[in-house]
Amino acid sequence: MLTEFGRVFIFLILGVVFVAGGLVFSWLIRPNRPYPSKLTTYECGEEPIGDTRVRFNIRFYVVALIFLIFDVEVVFLFPWATVFKGLGWFAFFEMMVFLVILFVGYAYVWRKGDLDWDRPTPKVPKYERGIGVREDHLMEEEVAL
Amino acid sequence: MELFDIVFYVFALITLGSACVVVFSKNIVHAAFSLLFTFFGVAGIYVLLRADFLAVTQILIYVGGILVLMLFGVMLTNKVINVKIKTGTMQAWPAGIAVSILAGLLAGVFYSNWKDAQLPASTVDATTHLLGEMLMTSYLLPFEIASVVLLVALIGAALIARRNR
Repeated sequence: MLTEFGRVFIFLILGVVFVAGGLVFSWLIRPNRPYPSKLTTYECGEEPIGDTRVRFNIRFYVVALIFLIFDVEVVFLFPWATVFKGLGWFAFFEMMVFLVILFVGYAYVWRKGDLDWDRPTPKVPKYERGIGVREDHLMEEEVAL
Repeated sequence: MELFDIVFYVFALITLGSACVVVFSKNIVHAAFSLLFTFFGVAGIYVLLRADFLAVTQILIYVGGILVLMLFGVMLTNKVINVKIKTGTMQAWPAGIAVSILAGLLAGVFYSNWKDAQLPASTVDATTHLLGEMLMTSYLLPFEIASVVLLVALIGAALIARRNR
């Protein structure tokens, strides 16, 4: 087992070396001419305003919570998958029971609309008589009536 | 066991170093990202202790799920990002007592001769297969109950986190 994870470890080391090697090599050969404008965020030529970090929609949190539950479910699937072949139909139906119970929860969150995305609710400007209309237009309208 | 020791210390260093960043960082986003390396280092130590299933679970749930949830929590909060977190000394006396008790326990663990203890030689090579067999035979009911527990957690989480209930 350790030797198999040793392969994973070799891949990890290779990944670190690959990224670090690329960065160090480019640092060695690139020209170095820093000036302050290079540090600003490029926003289509506009002056950047405010912070980069914005507040995200709260909807993401509910989805992440639901994801976490099914993440734990997947963890249960792994040991089952290794013995599935030996135990046959019995193991299959046991896992089906497991999945169906969780599917109830899935149906619940679907039905309750937790999976629906928040759509923006645009405020359509409603015309109210006399408000936001120039006086002479109002007069014309009055005349027309 | 020379290589084993080196790898262990590398993972221990990653875990402790990033955990220190989590504690001492003034920027909560940096702290959350640093927690990724803490979880990863712990997963590495699990692998070294021949707990492969636990290691994969650690990566899958803690790194893949809980950390994402924490980052979402940070990003969803309105005014937490630009605020500098206070890492000062508070509640010095209770904390001191708790830490000294913990330090005493740890010292007890360190100075006991657990290295000489007669442990059965580990013949287990991969734990996932064994876990699967046990879940499908001896622990079938707990396995199905786990499903019900997950269902309760799912419905509860959705109910609490829902915006307009």
